[in-house]
Order: sequence, then structure tokens, then C-alpha cells
Amino acid sequence: MIPELGHFSLVLALVLAVVQGFVPFVGALRGDSRWMEVARPAALGQLGAIALAFAALTHAYVVSDFTLANVVENSHSAKPMLYKVTGVWGNHEGSMLLWVLMLALCGAGVAVFGRNLPATLKARVLSVQAWIALGFLSFTLLTSNPFERVANPPLDGNDLNPLLQDPGLAFHPPLLYLGYVGFSVAFSFAVAALLEGRVDAAWARWVRPWTLAAWCSLTGGIALGSWWAYYELGWGGWWFWDPVENVSFMPWLAGTALLHSAIVVEKRDTLKAWTILLAILTFSLSLMGTFIVRSGLLTSVHAFAVDPERGSYILGLMAIATGGSLALFAWRAPVLKAGGLFAPVSREGGLLLNNLLLATATATVLIGTLYPLFLEALTGGRVSIGPPFYNYTFVPLMLPLVAAMGIGPFLAWKRADLAGVLGRLRIAALLAVVVALATWYLQNGGPVLAVLAMGFAVWLLAATLIEWAERVRLFRIPLGDSWRRARGLPRSAYGMSLAHAGLAVCMIGMTGSSAWKSELVEAVERGDNLEIAGFTLTLQDVETRPGPNYRSTTGIFEVTRDGRSLGVLEPERRYYPVAGRNTTEAAIRTNGLGDLYATITEPPEEGQDWTARIYYEPLVPWIWAGAAMMMFGGLLSLADRRLRVGAPRRAARQNTRAPVAAE
Amino acid sequence: MTMLRRLLFVLPLLIFAAAAAFFVWGLDPDRDPGEIPSVLIDKPVPEFSLPPIRGSEPGESTSTGLSSADLSGQGITLVNVFASWCMPCRAEHPILTDLRRQEDIRLVGINYKDESEEALAWLDELGNPYDAIGADMEGDAGLEWGVSGVPETFFVDNEGIIRYRHVGPIHETELDDLILPILEELR
Amino acid sequence: MTRKRRRLYIALAGLLCIASAAALILTAFEDNLVFFYSPSDVQAKGLPEGRTARIGGLVQEGSVEHLDGNRVEFVVTDGTHDLSVTYQGALPDLFREGQGVVAEGQAGEDGVFQAREVLARHDENYMPAEVADALKESGEWRPESGESPAEAKGQ
Repeated sequence: MIPELGHFSLVLALVLAVVQGFVPFVGALRGDSRWMEVARPAALGQLGAIALAFAALTHAYVVSDFTLANVVENSHSAKPMLYKVTGVWGNHEGSMLLWVLMLALCGAGVAVFGRNLPATLKARVLSVQAWIALGFLSFTLLTSNPFERVANPPLDGNDLNPLLQDPGLAFHPPLLYLGYVGFSVAFSFAVAALLEGRVDAAWARWVRPWTLAAWCSLTGGIALGSWWAYYELGWGGWWFWDPVENVSFMPWLAGTALLHSAIVVEKRDTLKAWTILLAILTFSLSLMGTFIVRSGLLTSVHAFAVDPERGSYILGLMAIATGGSLALFAWRAPVLKAGGLFAPVSREGGLLLNNLLLATATATVLIGTLYPLFLEALTGGRVSIGPPFYNYTFVPLMLPLVAAMGIGPFLAWKRADLAGVLGRLRIAALLAVVVALATWYLQNGGPVLAVLAMGFAVWLLAATLIEWAERVRLFRIPLGDSWRRARGLPRSAYGMSLAHAGLAVCMIGMTGSSAWKSELVEAVERGDNLEIAGFTLTLQDVETRPGPNYRSTTGIFEVTRDGRSLGVLEPERRYYPVAGRNTTEAAIRTNGLGDLYATITEPPEEGQDWTARIYYEPLVPWIWAGAAMMMFGGLLSLADRRLRVGAPRRAARQNTRAPVAAE
Repeated sequence: MTMLRRLLFVLPLLIFAAAAAFFVWGLDPDRDPGEIPSVLIDKPVPEFSLPPIRGSEPGESTSTGLSSADLSGQGITLVNVFASWCMPCRAEHPILTDLRRQEDIRLVGINYKDESEEALAWLDELGNPYDAIGADMEGDAGLEWGVSGVPETFFVDNEGIIRYRHVGPIHETELDDLILPILEELR
Repeated sequence: MTRKRRRLYIALAGLLCIASAAALILTAFEDNLVFFYSPSDVQAKGLPEGRTARIGGLVQEGSVEHLDGNRVEFVVTDGTHDLSVTYQGALPDLFREGQGVVAEGQAGEDGVFQAREVLARHDENYMPAEVADALKESGEWRPESGESPAEAKGQ
């Protein structure tokens, strides 16, 4: 009964989406406010209906209702409760349901928080949002209905893929989807603006918080996924440039560009067409990610099965959403008034450079990801593109970006004095050179890129700190006054500093683990000692332990350094009998400056040795710390009162002499 | 200038259209990006010889075994690799049965990495459409044929040349526009 | 004039970005495309000298030998030709004899392929969605682990 209720709710949501897609749209055309007001209850109703459907599916998982095909395929009665719940979205059908739930959440958010939006704009945004929902709801109902019953219910299910039974991965998809779907709001705003033929500072100000929220989620989602890959796959790597990773990274790059170009639209009323295009592209890249992952178009370590039917449907949605909006863009964007003038060396110039570099970086990742497909289509040859390609193309584009990031916040709008700014950044430049030289000396003969990357990361970190120090006039006025100034700075300023510093920290972590990782793969018996990076690991014992739905072979390594014991590492090899699969559980010990990382594999034949893989990964924790800083920076900026209170009115000229620029 | 500017605004759409064309191509259901290409097409069947399924009654098709020699000079033969532990084989079974009944073809089976008792029970339950079955307990013959999973079906012509390999179960929707045309061509 | 000039600046900066990216991509393509070969391709064309390649096929039954220092030797076949592969390190969880495998590495002096990385594809059961649907319709849907009993036992 409950699953049928869920199914019915989903159909109801579809009907509401149709209503919400047409009535307000027509209302906006005719200027009829009663028609336009339909949008709000429809959006809230849609959210309620989809939430009910989601609750119904969750209930089926919690009580292990094996009359549902979806539960049979992805759950098992012996599974821990947490994974029964997260199993809801650990598969294609359930994750689609989560996707439409997020979409409805965004739509309802616009309906509730958009009180001071102009009526026609709000009606159009919500109707575009409803068209997107319509596409995905019909996709879910027609091709991947999670509420399908089985004729003869089995006694127990197939179990969730053991790799997915993990806290990191349980929360990676929801965050990722919230990011993907969050960009749909910016997309709806862009399409609505094109329909209205009007983009101004107020428009940019409404779009920014949504973009920022989506960006934060996506940052968190990508970081969690990368963290999961790091400790679950047992290879000690955190980023493989795999197609599935790339398709989530591209919207992030484009979204970052959008975040910055929207500032220019808001403050200087220029770059309008470009910003609209970016909003369209960011969401389109999210759609493309969904399409590539779910159609199995490209080979990947973790693709769903190849499924042309689903693939064609999503491609159809993409053709309508992306193709339609780009056609609208080609037709309507030329009517947008060009904005104010500015000199190349200015805050706008800096942000434009940021956009150019990010857009180019997105393009290189896109070409690297799709090239195997192009080549196969044109010549039939099969090719794969690995990390070296991206190290050559993507990384060199990031270095000038980071260099410019240090300078950007110091530049004035309209026209800036570059020489003066560089003078204020003397110390940062000096520090960067010192660190780069120290790196070069310490690693003697290591990769040059690592030297450069460390230098640039320190440059950015120092420049960000100096920028903050100048704002509070540290050491120029009494400390108490500086403290008061620091308290008075808007949250968005702190948000920016934190996010920029986060990127620098992230960069240090990435450089450290890529350039100076040590690795040891050895056959071991009880009592063997392994030496790595100054640590000694002694294999004391190997035990077999039962788990709730697996059997584990656990190696117990004692870690010592200079004769002092630091504790034990217990890597596991788990066997899940229901799924018939093995997984590797790495044991990781961190001291904040590096990770000691151990995995163990069973002997290939009786009586042979276990294989231990030990890594020392310098600075890896900095990657996660940096990602967390970026995410919190975004959230802090989102919490800025000025983004919520006293939202701008249309046509009220922005006062450009605001005491502190918000970015 | 305005012309150029117009073109600039249309450019994103054109790029997307080009990418979408490649996506459409990539969705071809016969394309598996991870597939290992079959090198056997248009080559004679590999050398192999398989015993019958142990414990089968004399006089049954399961008691004859299967080898390379059985595959030429017999008209069109479908070599179907199956196993009792394979769910899709179960779905494919009725379709193969009908296909053999309606078309003038031979159908032989390679029982892949299966237990004898289970294979016999499976054939008892679903019926046995095969003209001959070889038991490939260890999967050696499967390796010769380049089988990467179950089910797979090879279409062999009268001369014993492999003409088509169908990876995965033959599905009802594929009969009219894929399977039957191939059979026509072989005739 | 200034508006024109600004547009020129932006266009130039954009072109510079695109040109440098194109140059980077083209040079990276020179060295970093990894082509895929089946053992028969290797037989026919040979492997490129000193370049990384991917080979794919099935792991020949009974060919896997574990040597000292966790080196592994095995034979990859596509049914017509074979290719010996050596690999140092832990094999992936899904690596099995008779299963599909992809190895990335280079050809060694002795014609043996030196794998740096081994990826196993594991799905002995072809289960497209429409088949699963057909099974559900016929009420024959009984999920079983998609492995032959021999393998389940061999765990």
C-alpha cells in the first residue's frame, strides 16, 4: 500500500509540475497576477508530494519490503540500518528520486524566499524550474520507477554493492545532487531574464545566493567523493581524472566562474551576456554529468551499466534544456544592453581574467573527457586519457589563476594601480620565493611543477592574509580598534578570504601528495618489519573477524618511530558473502602533516604471504582541510545579512560608493 | 561587425549541437565502451571438444557432447553459451526455443562453468531446445571462443565460419530488426 | 573608441587563453594518449616503443602465476592470440581467471607486457534493464549472485 502511495505522489507531483510550468508562464505573458500566483502553492505542493514519495521508498528500505524490485536489488535484511537508509539513493532509481526531491526543494525555496522578486520574473523562473522538474519526473516515472513491484517476492535481497556501504559515500551523492540541482535555479533565472530581455544588478543579486549555495554543496560533494576514493579503493589516490570525477568537476569550474562574473554584473552592470551564458552552461554541464554517468557512454571505474534507453531520454532532456536555452540565448542575448567601461587593470578586469582562465580550464577537462568518444566515433580507435594529460593542460592554467587570485582583491573597480598593489604584496612575493627555494632544496631533483605550485600556493595564502590585515589596518592603528574593525567586517569578506585561503591550503596538500608520496608493496609474514618515511610497521598478527554482513581479515601493524610506539594500524580485507565481493578497507593514521596509509590483501594461495601496501602521503589532510575551508567560506558568505535583508529593488541605482565591497 | 557578433552568440549552440551528435552516436546499443572486440568474426570456429553433461540419460541431446566438427556442414547453427546460475539465460530461454522452432536452424549449447546436476535440473524445468550440449566445466572452451560472460550466442554458417556474435541475452525486441535479418543474410 | 578598444582587449585575452590551451592540449595529446590493443592487434601491429598502452582480453585459465615479491605473471588472450603480462603489486579485487581484464603499461624487452596497472571488469551476468523487466513480468525474478558456483566456492 505504502509504495503505491509513493508512486501516486510522484504522479501527483508530475501533474503539479505541468500546472506550474504553464499557468504562471501564461500569467506572466498576460500580466495577470492571479495566474502568476499559482506558482507558489504549486511549487510547495510539488515538494510535499515528492517528499512523501521519498518517505515511502525510505520506509520500504527500512522495513526491508522485498515486494519492491528496487529493494530486492539493492538491500538485504542483514544490512546495518544506516546503510538501509542510504541504500535508498545508492542506486539509479532511488538516486533519481533524490534528484527530483532536491529539484523540488530548490523550486519551493525560490517560491518562499523570492518574496521581493518582481512578479513576472518570479513567475517565469518558477515555470522554467517546473519544466526541468517535468523532464526529470517523467524520466523517473517512465524509465526508472523505484516503486516497481516483483511478482514473487524473494526471502531476501541482493545487498547493496559493498563498496557503497560506507559513510563517506552515503553522503556524497546527496551533496553532489544538491550542487547539480542548485545550479538549475541560476539556469531558470537566466532563461527568465532572456525571456524578459532584461539583466541588471538586482537580477545578479538574486542569482548569487543560489549559485553560492549550489557551489558549496558541490564543493562538499566532490571533496567527500574524493575522500571516499582515497580510503576505500586502497590505492592511496584521491583523484584519478576518471570521467565520472571529471563530469562533477566541470560544473564546479563553470560554477566558480559564474559566482565571480555575477559579482561584476551586480557591481558594474557589465558582462551580462557572458554571465547568462555561464549560468546556462553550468547547469548544462551538470546535466551532461548525469547523462554520461547514467548512460554508460564512457568507460569508467564506477559507471552504471550501459543503458541506451535511459541515456536517450536524458539526452532528449538535454537537447531541450541546453539546446533550447542556447537558441534562446542566440536570439535574445544581443538585445541586452552592453554595460559600463573599465580599464583592463581593474577589479572587473581581474574577474574577467578569472573567468577566461576558468572557462578555458573547463574546456580542457571537457575535451580530455570526451576525446575518447570523438576518436572512437571518427576512427574506431580506442584510447584512454589519463592523469598525465591533465597535468600538462589543466595545471598550467591554474598557476596564472592562482597568481591573479592573490592580486585581484586588492584591485579597485574601474581602474586600478597595479604597481601600487604589487608594492603592497612585496612580503607575499618574498615568502613565495623563499618557500619555492626551500622546496627545491629539500626535494633536490624532484618535479619542477611542485616547486612552482608550492610557491604559488604560499603566495596566495600570504596575499589573502595581507588583504585581511589591510582591511582591519592591523598594526597601523591600536589593536583594540583593529579588533573592532575585524568584528565589523561583513561576513562575505571573511567568506572570500576563507575560500581563497582554502584553495591555497588545498593546493599545498595536492602538491605534497602528488610529488612526495612514498610507497611500499611487500609480501609480509607475522613479525616482519616495514620501514617507510621514518616509521616502522611491524605485522603482529592477522585475525579473522565477523562483521554484521561481512567477514573480515584484519592485519594488525604496530607503528613505531625512533623506538616509540605510536599505536596500531588495522587494515582489513572484507568479504561480503551475499554480494560475493571483496573490499579493501585501508587503515589510515594522520598527524595533520601526513597520512600513514596501510592496506592488506590475502595470500593468492594457501600458505603464501599476505601482501601489504604501505603509503606515506605527505600533506594529504590539507586537501580535505582546504576543501572544508572553501565550503565554509561559501557558507559564511551565504550567511551575510546583505544577501537576505533589504534586497535591492529594480532600477534603484546601486550606490557604488559602498564602504566595503561585498564579494 | 554585427554579423560577426551574431555569429558569436550562435556559436555556443553550434558547439552543443556537434557534441550532441557524438552523444547520439555513442548511445548505439550495440556499442559497449568496455567491450573486448571479438576477433573471431568471419573466422572458422575455434578448435574445441566438450564432453556431455555428466549424468545425462543416453539418447538425449545432452549426452552427445559438442566439438568443432559438429559445427560445419549442418546449415546455420546457433552456439549458445548458457549456465543455470545465470539469470538472463532464463529470460532468453523461451526466445531461443521459439527461434529454433520457427526458423530452420540448429541450436547447440555450451554449458559454461556449471554443475551437472543443476544444469540438468534447469533443462528439466525449462525444457531442452538444444540439439547438442557440451559441458564446459572449467570454462576452457569459453576461453577459446572469447566468451566474456553468459549468455552469449554465436551464429555459425554452413561452412563453420562465425558470422555474428551476440553478447548478452537475445531479447524479444531484437528479433525483428536484428536477429532475423542476420539469419536471412546467412541463408 | 574606448568601447571598441575594450572589446579588442577582451577578444585578445580570450584568444590568448584559447591559443595557449590549444597548444597545451595538442602537446599533451602527442605523448599522453593511451591506445587500446587486443592481443591480436599486438600480434599484427606490435606495441609502440616506449609508450604506454592498454591491452585487454581474458585472463587465460590456469595462466596466473604468483612469483616472489608479489609479482604476478598471467596470459591475456582474445581467443586467437595470447600475450604474457607481468605485474608487480596487488591485483584488483575482481581479478579472476577467465575474466575480462585491462592492463596498462609498456612492452618490455622480452616481448612480455609490463603492466603498471591492472583493471578488472567483472560482470559474468549480462543483465540489461529490459531483461530484468522481462523477468519481473514473468515472475521469474529471483536474484542470485551472478557467479558460477565454482567461483563462489573458490573464495
